[in-house]
Amino acid sequence: MVQASEQAASSAPAYGGRSEMIAFALMVLVLAILPAFVYPPFLMKALCFALFACAFNLLIGYVGLLSFGHALYFGWASYFAAHLAKAGTISIPYWAGSWHWLNLTSGPMAPELAILLAVLGAAFLGVVAGSIAIRRQGIYFAMITLALAQMMYFFAVQAPFTGGEDGIQPVPRGHLFGMFNLANDDVMYVFVLVVFLLGFLLIYRIIHSPFGEVLKAIRENEQRAISLGYKTDRYKLMAFTLSAAIAGLAGAVKPFVVQNASLTDVHWSMSGEVVLMTLLGGLGTIFGPVVGAFSIIAMQNYLASFGQWVTIIQGSIFVLCVLLFRRGIVGEIANMFRIKL
Amino acid sequence: MKLLRTAILTAAMVSAGAAYGQVSDGVVKIGVLNDMSGTYADLAGAGSVLAARLAIEDLKDVVKDLKIEVVGADHQNKPDIGSNIVRQWIDVDKVDVIVDVPTSSVALAVNEIVKEKNKVFLVSGAATSDLTGPRCSPNTIHWTYDTWALANGTGNAIVKTGGDTWFFLTADYAFGHALERDTSAVVTKNGGKVVGAVRHPFPGQDFSSFLLQAQASKAKIIGLANAGADTTNAIKQAAEFGITQKGQNLAGLLVFLTDVHSLGLKTAQGLIFTEAWYWDMNDTNRAFAKRFAAANRGIYPSMIHAGVYSAVTHYLKSVAALKNDADGAAVVAHMKKSKTKDALFGEGEIREDGRKIHPMYLFEVKKPEESKGPWDYYKTRATIPADQAFRPIGEGKCPLVKG
Amino acid sequence: MEINLPALFGQLLIGLINGSFYALLSLGLAVIFGMLNIINFAHGAQYMMGAFAAYFLLQFAGLNYWWALVLAPVIVGGIGIVIERAFLQWLYKLDHLYGLLLTFGLALIIQGLFRHRYGSSGLPYQIPPQLTGVRDLGFTFLPNYRAWVIVFSLAVCFGTWFMIEKTRLGAYLRAATENPTLVRAFGINVPRMITLTYGFGVGLAALAGVMAAPIYAVNPTMGADLIIVVFAVVVIGGMGSIMGAIVTGFGLGVVEGLTKYFFPEASNTVIFVIMVIVLVTRPAGLFGRAA
Repeated sequence: MVQASEQAASSAPAYGGRSEMIAFALMVLVLAILPAFVYPPFLMKALCFALFACAFNLLIGYVGLLSFGHALYFGWASYFAAHLAKAGTISIPYWAGSWHWLNLTSGPMAPELAILLAVLGAAFLGVVAGSIAIRRQGIYFAMITLALAQMMYFFAVQAPFTGGEDGIQPVPRGHLFGMFNLANDDVMYVFVLVVFLLGFLLIYRIIHSPFGEVLKAIRENEQRAISLGYKTDRYKLMAFTLSAAIAGLAGAVKPFVVQNASLTDVHWSMSGEVVLMTLLGGLGTIFGPVVGAFSIIAMQNYLASFGQWVTIIQGSIFVLCVLLFRRGIVGEIANMFRIKL
Repeated sequence: MKLLRTAILTAAMVSAGAAYGQVSDGVVKIGVLNDMSGTYADLAGAGSVLAARLAIEDLKDVVKDLKIEVVGADHQNKPDIGSNIVRQWIDVDKVDVIVDVPTSSVALAVNEIVKEKNKVFLVSGAATSDLTGPRCSPNTIHWTYDTWALANGTGNAIVKTGGDTWFFLTADYAFGHALERDTSAVVTKNGGKVVGAVRHPFPGQDFSSFLLQAQASKAKIIGLANAGADTTNAIKQAAEFGITQKGQNLAGLLVFLTDVHSLGLKTAQGLIFTEAWYWDMNDTNRAFAKRFAAANRGIYPSMIHAGVYSAVTHYLKSVAALKNDADGAAVVAHMKKSKTKDALFGEGEIREDGRKIHPMYLFEVKKPEESKGPWDYYKTRATIPADQAFRPIGEGKCPLVKG
Repeated sequence: MEINLPALFGQLLIGLINGSFYALLSLGLAVIFGMLNIINFAHGAQYMMGAFAAYFLLQFAGLNYWWALVLAPVIVGGIGIVIERAFLQWLYKLDHLYGLLLTFGLALIIQGLFRHRYGSSGLPYQIPPQLTGVRDLGFTFLPNYRAWVIVFSLAVCFGTWFMIEKTRLGAYLRAATENPTLVRAFGINVPRMITLTYGFGVGLAALAGVMAAPIYAVNPTMGADLIIVVFAVVVIGGMGSIMGAIVTGFGLGVVEGLTKYFFPEASNTVIFVIMVIVLVTRPAGLFGRAA
C-alpha cells in the first residue's frame, strides 16, 4: 500500500495542481455529455460507486489504512435513506427498567433530508467502528474492519426495517427540495452528478490541506509523526469517520437511483468490490477510483450474461494488479507522463 | 450530430406512434428471468427458457405473423439484481413480457417495475400469494401455484390425518413467511395448533441447530416452509439426526419433482405435498416431458416449466388477437377475458385478481419398489377441484377486486 | 429461565462440531500466517476444494471417504504449493496487505470457476457406511459421523501442535519465523520450508473440507462466509499462536452453540461481538503476544 501511493505521490509534484485541474475539467465535461449516449441509470449507479471508491481511497491511498469492510457505511446509509424515504420512522431504543423503543414518525421523507440523516448515521457508524479498529494496525486493522462489517451484515439480515432478504423496495424518488421531480431520469442524473462532484471536491480539499498533510505523514512513518507531537490516533479516527461519511453519502443516493436497498449493499463482496475498483484505478490517485469504478461497473453490466465469469475476471484483476500493475490505470498514466493525478 | 440524431429519433417515434395497433418495434420479446445457477436452477433455470421456446413452436400457426424473441437472465435470487435486469430489459432491450421469476422477493420487486412501465408479468416460479392479494396489479398474472394453494392442499390433508401440532422451519424471506402464514392459518382453522417456528437464512446450509429446536418442541409435524436445496438439505439432515425415528414427521410444503430426484426415493418415500402439474398424468403430458427432457439434459419438466409453457401460450394468443403488445395492461385484460386452453393445463380461466385457476393435486412419493423407472416418483392421492384449490377472491384484499 | 437439558446438550454438541471446523481452519491460517506473514483469504476456497476433491475421488476414481481423507489434503496442498511458487513468493518483500488482496483475488477466481461449472446448489456426498447411524445418548441423539468429526479434529489439532512445538522440524519452523536469515546461515532451505508450510496449511483446510462434505452439501460457496468467522476466531485467539487457534476455535464453537440455545437471534453475530470485546480489552488477542 505504502509503496504504490508513494510512487503516485512523488512523481513530479512540480506540475501539482495544473494536471489535476485539467483532468477534473475533462471529467466534468465527459460526465455531462455521457447521458446522451449511455443509459442514464447505469451512469448514475457508476457515479455512486465512484464516490464510494473515492471515499475508500481516502483511507488507503492517503492514510495507508486498508478498510476491508467499507460496505458497512455504504450499505447501511443505503438502508437508512431507503427506509426514511419510504416509511420515515426512526426508532431509538432506550432503557427504562427494560428496553423500550421511542418511535418518531414523520412519514416518507424528502430525499435531501433522508440523505442527510443517512450520512449522519454512516458517520456515527464510522466513529464507532473506527475507534475499535484503530486499536490494531495493518493486517489486523483490515481483518477487524471485515469482521465488523460482517457482524453488521447479520444485523441487517435480522433487523425488521431492512426487510432481510427482500430488501426495501420500492423506494420512491420523491421531489428534491419540493421542486425537482427525481422520477425524471434527467433531473435525477443532474442531482447525482452534482452530489458526486461535491463529494469529490471535498475529498480533494481534505487531501490538500494541513490535515491531509498530517495524514500522509502518518502513512509514511507513524512513529515519526507521533514523535513530532501529533496525536495520530485522533487523526486516523477523523479520517476514518470522514471516509465513512462520504461512503455513506454515496450509499444514501444509490437507493434513489435503483429504487431499492438490499443485503447486497452490506455484503462483504461489496467491500471487496470497492477495493478492486480502487486498486484497478490506482491507489493514492485522485481520479483512480473514478476510473476503476466505471470500469468495474461497466464490466459487470456488459458481462452480466456470462454469470460467474464476472467473479473470475474480478479475481484475476486483483491478482494481476497486485503482481504486475500496482499503480493501477491512472497511476500508470500519471507515472508515464510524470504528472500528478 | 446530436441534433441530427435527435431529429431522426423523433421522426421515428412519431411515425411509430401513428401506426397504432402494431407490435412495439416489430418484435414480441419475451424475457425469462429466474435462477440459472443457484438453488432453483433445476426446477426453473434454463428449462424455463426451453419451455417458452416449445410453446412458441407449438403455436406456429397462430403466431405466424409475429416476430418473437426469447431472452433469459439469471437473477441469482436477489431482488436488486432482478430489478436491474428488468429495468434494463424494458428500457433498453425493449422486452415486452417478463416470465417465470421464482423467489418471491424478486417477483414482488419485478411486479412493481412492470406495473410502473406498463408491461406484462407472468409469474410461474414465485409462490407468495401476495401477488394476487395486497400487491396485485393489472399487469400481472400469477400462474402455476401459490402459498395459499399449497397450504390448503398439504396443510388440510395432514391435519385431517392427525398431524395437529406443528413447528415451522421457515426460510427467512417473503416466500417463507407467506408459506408459514398461509399454512398456519389452515392448521388453526382445522383445529390444529402451531407450537413454534424458527427462521433460517436463505439459502441455508446447516439446519442441525434448527432441527434440534424443532425436535425439542415435540410437535408432531415439522413443516418445512422453504424450497429447493433448503428443503432437501433439511430432510437429509433430519434423517441424519434420527428425527423421524423419534416419532415426528416432516411436511414438505413446497416440493418439486427435481427435489425428489435429488433426494432419491429411499429418503423421500412417503412425503406428501401439493403440486399443480405432473408429467405422468396423461399422454399429452408424457409426450411433452419426453420432448422436454431430450433438450434439457434428461431432466424432466417441473410444474414451473409447465406453467411457463402455458402462460406464454395464452399470452401469445392474446397478442396475436390484439395485434399489439405495447400496452401491458390491455394484453392482460384480454388474457383475463378469454378462457385458457393449452396442452398441459387443459382448460382454465384467469380471475380478476390475476390468479390463474386450475385444479391442484395432492401427491405422495412412491416407495422405491413402486417406481417403474427414473422420474416415476409420484402417485396421486387426491385432486382438489379448481374452484376449491385457490384462495376465494374476496379474501385476498386485492384492490383490483370490486366490492 | 427453564433449561431444557436435552436441547441444551444438543446445541452444545453441534457447537463442538462447528468448533472442530473453526479450530482446523484457524489452525491452518495461524500456521500460514506464522511462517509467511500472509493472511490466506483463499483458505475458505481451499476448504471447498478439499470437499470437491473428495467428491471427485468418489465420482471418477471410485475412492471412498477414507482415501479422500488422505488424498484430498495432498492434492489440494499440492495446488497450494503451486500457488505459493507462482504468486505468493513475489509478495514477501511487499507490504503484507498485498498478500491479503492477492489471496482474496485467488479466492474469487477459485470460487467463480467452481460456481460456473457446478452451480451453487450442492452435490451430494454420503456419510461413509462405517460411520452412519445414530447413538442414543439418552439426552440427545448424536450421529456417529459427527462424533467422529470431533474426535478426529482434536487428534489432528493435537498432532499439529505437537509437531510444531515439540519436534525438531517444528523448532526449525519456529526459528525461521523469527529470524530467517540466521536459519538460512545454518544451511536450512528456508524458502522450501515456507513453500511446504503453505502447502501444509492448505492441506489442513482441505482436510476440514473432506470432513465437511458428508454433512454440509458440497457446494462452491461453502467456504465463503465461513472464512470470515474464522478470521474473527484468529483475531480473538491472537495470531501466530498454535494453541491459541485450537482452543479459541473449539471454545467459540461451544459459545456459539450456547447462544443458539439461549439467544438464537444472536448466534450469527456472537463471535464478532466477542471479537470486539477482546479487541477493546486485550488487543493482542487472548493468546497473542503484543503485536
